[in-house]
Amino acid sequence: MARVTNLLVNGAPHKIEADSQSTLLSVLREQLELTGTKYGCGEGQCGACTVLLDGVPRRSCLTPVGDTEGKAVTTIEGLAQNSRLHPLQEAFLAEEAMQCAYCTSGMIMSAAGLLRTDANPTESKIKEALDGNICRCGTHPRIVAAVQRAARAIKGGTP
Amino acid sequence: MNEQVNVLLSIEPERYELREARAYVFELTRRDLFKLLGAGALVYCASTKAVALEESGRGQHRDEAMPKEIGAWLHIGEDGKTTVFTGKVEVGQNIRTSLAQAVAEELHVPIAQIELVMGDTLLTPFDMGTFGSRTTPTMNLQLRKVSAAACDLLKDIAAKSWDVQRDQLVAADGKITDPISKNSATYGELLKGRELAQLIPEQDPLLPATEWKIAGKPLAKAEGRDFVTGIHKYPSDQKRPGMLYGKVVRPSKFQATLISADVTAAEKMAGVVVVRDGEFIGVAARSEEMASRAAAAIKTEWKAEPQPSNENLFDYLRKNPEARERSNSSLDQSSQASAGASSGQLSATYTVQYIAHAPLEPRAALAEWNGDKLTVWTGTQRPFGVREELAAAFHLPQESVHVLMPDTGSAYGGKHTGETAIEAARLARAAKKPVKVVWTRKEEFTWAYFRPAGLIDIRASVNPSGQIEYWEFTNLNSGGSGLNTPYAAEVRSEHFQPTKYPLRQGSYRGLAATANHFARESFMDELAHQAKLDPLEFRLKNLRDARLRAVLEAAAKKFGWPGAKKSFWQGFGIAGGFEKGGYIATCAEVAVDRATGGVRVVRLVSAFECGAIVNPDGLRNQVEGANIMGLGGALFEAIEFEDGRILNAAFSKYRVPRFKDVPVLETVLLDRKDLPSAGAGETPIVGVAPAIGNAIFDATGVRLRSLPMVPNGMKLS
Repeated sequence: MARVTNLLVNGAPHKIEADSQSTLLSVLREQLELTGTKYGCGEGQCGACTVLLDGVPRRSCLTPVGDTEGKAVTTIEGLAQNSRLHPLQEAFLAEEAMQCAYCTSGMIMSAAGLLRTDANPTESKIKEALDGNICRCGTHPRIVAAVQRAARAIKGGTP
Repeated sequence: MNEQVNVLLSIEPERYELREARAYVFELTRRDLFKLLGAGALVYCASTKAVALEESGRGQHRDEAMPKEIGAWLHIGEDGKTTVFTGKVEVGQNIRTSLAQAVAEELHVPIAQIELVMGDTLLTPFDMGTFGSRTTPTMNLQLRKVSAAACDLLKDIAAKSWDVQRDQLVAADGKITDPISKNSATYGELLKGRELAQLIPEQDPLLPATEWKIAGKPLAKAEGRDFVTGIHKYPSDQKRPGMLYGKVVRPSKFQATLISADVTAAEKMAGVVVVRDGEFIGVAARSEEMASRAAAAIKTEWKAEPQPSNENLFDYLRKNPEARERSNSSLDQSSQASAGASSGQLSATYTVQYIAHAPLEPRAALAEWNGDKLTVWTGTQRPFGVREELAAAFHLPQESVHVLMPDTGSAYGGKHTGETAIEAARLARAAKKPVKVVWTRKEEFTWAYFRPAGLIDIRASVNPSGQIEYWEFTNLNSGGSGLNTPYAAEVRSEHFQPTKYPLRQGSYRGLAATANHFARESFMDELAHQAKLDPLEFRLKNLRDARLRAVLEAAAKKFGWPGAKKSFWQGFGIAGGFEKGGYIATCAEVAVDRATGGVRVVRLVSAFECGAIVNPDGLRNQVEGANIMGLGGALFEAIEFEDGRILNAAFSKYRVPRFKDVPVLETVLLDRKDLPSAGAGETPIVGVAPAIGNAIFDATGVRLRSLPMVPNGMKLS
């Protein structure tokens, strides 16, 4: 089986040892100890494992690590810059858009992908973009409000 | 045994999953046996303890007295850092915040200086578990008492050392200050790291809610930054040096017994440890994928008796009553029959399907042995219960087992048990290395337990002036929570009838109160329509409870009850109830698509009252969450099962509420500062299903009496 030995994660190259068919999720969690990316279902239904691949949201539980070679992987741990939180992270805190927060990384990463393509999404656009992410605690309205808040912050330049 | 169960039912009807036998009983290893034999008297102790554990099913129900020393709950370091110890656990209900608020309030210390150690069986006082909405009424109160006592003690120390009157001292901001002598010292300086060995006084006046400055405020989730940055380590994120990943080979069906297992292929895989111990078959390997491959390579054969399926579920429950019964009846059995025959009666049967908690973080545990000492990190609502399970499974004294509970990815009543902890520990013992077991979603949907299915028969009559005359209510299997009607009825008879049941079942947010309120509040709607009264008016006419009346009126006002229908296919419904010290009323607006039969919940308005509010935003978050979770069980969630197998053990087959399902949510919180604070995680869920069902009736004239109500939309003629 083909092997993968290099992975570009959060702006830095990492040495890994994995079959190309291993999931990106397992490599991130087990080899790189980036456990902010969560397992929730293993079938791309819950979105807890969402990361950005070249800026586009991807379900890492269904992504063979072989598909990521030469691409930039961004996880929740790579979103803050120089310990300054991303506007989405700030907004999730400000809106208290979490309870157990197990879905939070995936929600934020999916929303980050959305805001890259649509700086000013409507409520229904946000709901559509996040419909593949499950929150069992039921914080959905707060998450929508947080994404709207982050969009305003990014546009206005202040969180 | 029977007596034990009866006691259990009367205290906690919700927890009768605990009747079941343990999943795995491991034999003593020769080495363990030798040790026990060699230890003489220990043999006797260990074996009686094991028997006692089996007698009481899963875990003993001892309610150990809470420690009376302040120091068991609270430690103040020389740097002023305040550490609080509680056996309660954090699963997203944000009690790490609300409990810290209680301490900050009574101890007069900045909340940033407070750290909570939670659910650690070595460090925290014994606790039965985090369930039943008990954290706020019991633990919040306990920590307030502890903190008030500690504050008094600090004043004593300061008064003595400064030789001043104690009464003139002021505690604020982590300091004791004397405004007269101008002396001032931080708590850390006064205590110099000493233990607070003094006892908590029986009576110590606590601040009334009207004077709260930190409690009662909408403080944010503790350590929120760790959650939005992915830094927080949930149970499934834990890691230890040399750790392996474990997988367990599952039976083909429930109640199956093992006929044969061929582990040779798995044993040949490099770096794979295979364990076969009675019915337990599992593997441990260097990666999760390797462990999965090894487990898949094990060929097993099982046998099982035929078992019920969805299609005959309710027939099965009805035909298999068990002897124990919990009742509240103003009738004896003979008069019941004659009263039941009176005229003008309405009767109906409601049903509730099995549903799953589906916590987004599945069960997870990491176990590590150090000689005969076992340490387990796991996501559970009952760390001390899991400690007992582990001690029993491995024939250990409780003192040898240490269970830690990192803040966990939700539970909703679904994580009372320790099966994953036992699995990880069994594999770790064989591998001689730490082993982590994280259940797959399929395992979580199959081998956890479910909210019980139930069948509810109701019969009632209303007199010409709109008063309920007769009320008879029987719940089969789903449970006794919320069984009793809050409405006045001249003659009433309410029973919970346990039955044999086909699936493993247990606690769930709100327990049977959801089923019982669904049936009762839908049937109240039926009675109101029969009596030609507005559903709200009919309720208020029959209600004597002022707190329930208050939430019904508050919800109705916010909603604009009774509302004016803009189209025939729009509907409004109302429901209310109380449970676990909290009072809830819910109004729903639905829109039914005439062409497709699709039902959309447009708006849910809740009014909730649970005494003095400790954290209004945390409370609002819980009420909103309960509404959304309740929506799933009301509309479409159901476990599909057939002959001992779950057919929809995946999020692609088991539908949970998603963004597009979420209606406009409006929440009214009634803050009763004159009443003790009650818990809030559960009760707001109970109004959702009946409010929606009543709204569907309003829109269509169709009465839906089964949960879920519209898994496939409605069939409209």
